[in-house]
Amino acid sequence: MSVSTDVGSTSQRLLPARAVPEDLDAHLAGFGPRPHLEAVAMLDALDASGLRGRGGADFPTGVKWRAVREHTGRGGDAVVVANAAECEPASFKDRFLLTYRPHLVLDGLEHAAEAVGARRVVIYTTKSHTDVEAALRAAIRERRRRDDSDRFIDVLVGPNRYVAGEETALVSRVSGHLAKPKVVPPRPFQSGVDHLPTLVQNVETLAHAALIARFGAPWFRSVGTERSPGTALLTVSGAVRTPGVLEAACDTTVGDIVDRAGGVDGEPATVLLGGYFGRWVAADRIWNKTIDALSLQSVGASLGTGVLLVATATTCGISETDRVLTFLASQTAGQCGPCHVGLPAIAETFHKVATGRARPAAIDLLVRWSHDIRGRGACRHPDGAMLFLASAMEVFAADLRHHLKNGSCRYSGQRPLLPIPATDAGWW
Amino acid sequence: MRVRLRVDPIKCKAHGMCGELFPERIRMDDWGYPVVDQRALSDDVLEHARRAIVDCPRAALWVEPVDEPGARVRPDDSD
Repeated sequence: MSVSTDVGSTSQRLLPARAVPEDLDAHLAGFGPRPHLEAVAMLDALDASGLRGRGGADFPTGVKWRAVREHTGRGGDAVVVANAAECEPASFKDRFLLTYRPHLVLDGLEHAAEAVGARRVVIYTTKSHTDVEAALRAAIRERRRRDDSDRFIDVLVGPNRYVAGEETALVSRVSGHLAKPKVVPPRPFQSGVDHLPTLVQNVETLAHAALIARFGAPWFRSVGTERSPGTALLTVSGAVRTPGVLEAACDTTVGDIVDRAGGVDGEPATVLLGGYFGRWVAADRIWNKTIDALSLQSVGASLGTGVLLVATATTCGISETDRVLTFLASQTAGQCGPCHVGLPAIAETFHKVATGRARPAAIDLLVRWSHDIRGRGACRHPDGAMLFLASAMEVFAADLRHHLKNGSCRYSGQRPLLPIPATDAGWW
Repeated sequence: MRVRLRVDPIKCKAHGMCGELFPERIRMDDWGYPVVDQRALSDDVLEHARRAIVDCPRAALWVEPVDEPGARVRPDDSD
């Protein structure tokens, strides 16, 4: 088992040492050919590695692959979809990985297809990520020219909408329908694309799986923590000096990660962790916490999609929350009442509070509504949005009262910190 | 078999029948959509649950076994 230099180094596993897109030759020179693993050996290695999904759910990857394989056993076929939708506006890590190391992801995708017994293999991205689509198609062509593999990897492009990357929405789109979520169960592992058992896996997770197949579970566990072994890709942005994607072992503290992104331009006040389904946390509560799941859980946070966004005291948390909430309300699939009626009502009420056009009772109404709509959509869109809102109302409680009374604050007119992307109107 | 009531939020179009027929376990939110109590149904409320299920104009309600989430049970099988 040979370990190339950059792979052996402790916390730089997924990303290449130099920021140059790796073609197949460079990939093979660094990692060697993809090893052949029997399905059982691959699943055992995944279980032993403790790898968990990096698309936001943090679900044990081995358990997920086994569930699909078990259902494949009944009908004889399955589908694997690599999820490269990355519809989280502040996240770039999946696109970054696909740009610089597409072949590592494709290796992981092939391992997944072999392990669960899938004939159809798809990589799913979204319309706005045109550069990623091109890089993927080029990488797939390269492999087909070289290779022995008769497995055809299809690239599918869905709409750029916040919930279009959600598992059941993605399955729906790959099956030829609109990219809208569905009621579960059945879950994709039971009945997914074209009613076949379907594994939907985030691309970073697949890249980790490809490394586990090559170097083994003990190697994977040699960095990180018991609960969150290995490394994670993070998109660090906001008030940091050199925003970007970086890779860190899961026992690294938030403070150290921010330092690696050039440190904060100003005094850190709050951190948004996990993206727009994530939580705001006061900087002093989280600065010395590692990104391990249990450590973040102790302050009510989770890594989610790996978004780490730093704000200073000169950021108006209310205006930022207001804009994001309006965005999230606009991203409902329009299917479930509590979401497509409730979210716009909540966003509108929050906007009125933020601009000083509401009665004080509006704050209580927001709290009640935010509890009321949780768990009542087919997907977790309302839940995620309300987690974000609840944390904002807690962390920026004093600012919210100030806005209610004065309609703005010293910092509310500033350039927005949290990105709001242009999204597609359609669902195809 | 212990069962609980579930609503398909995509099918539901806020007709409000279920809240009228089964107020013990269903309340309406501010927009007229049902909020369903997720606890197992006790024997004394089963008849009201059955009525809510069969009278829903969207057929959006069903019961599932508490220990087997996802499995659907016909309203007349719940004994």
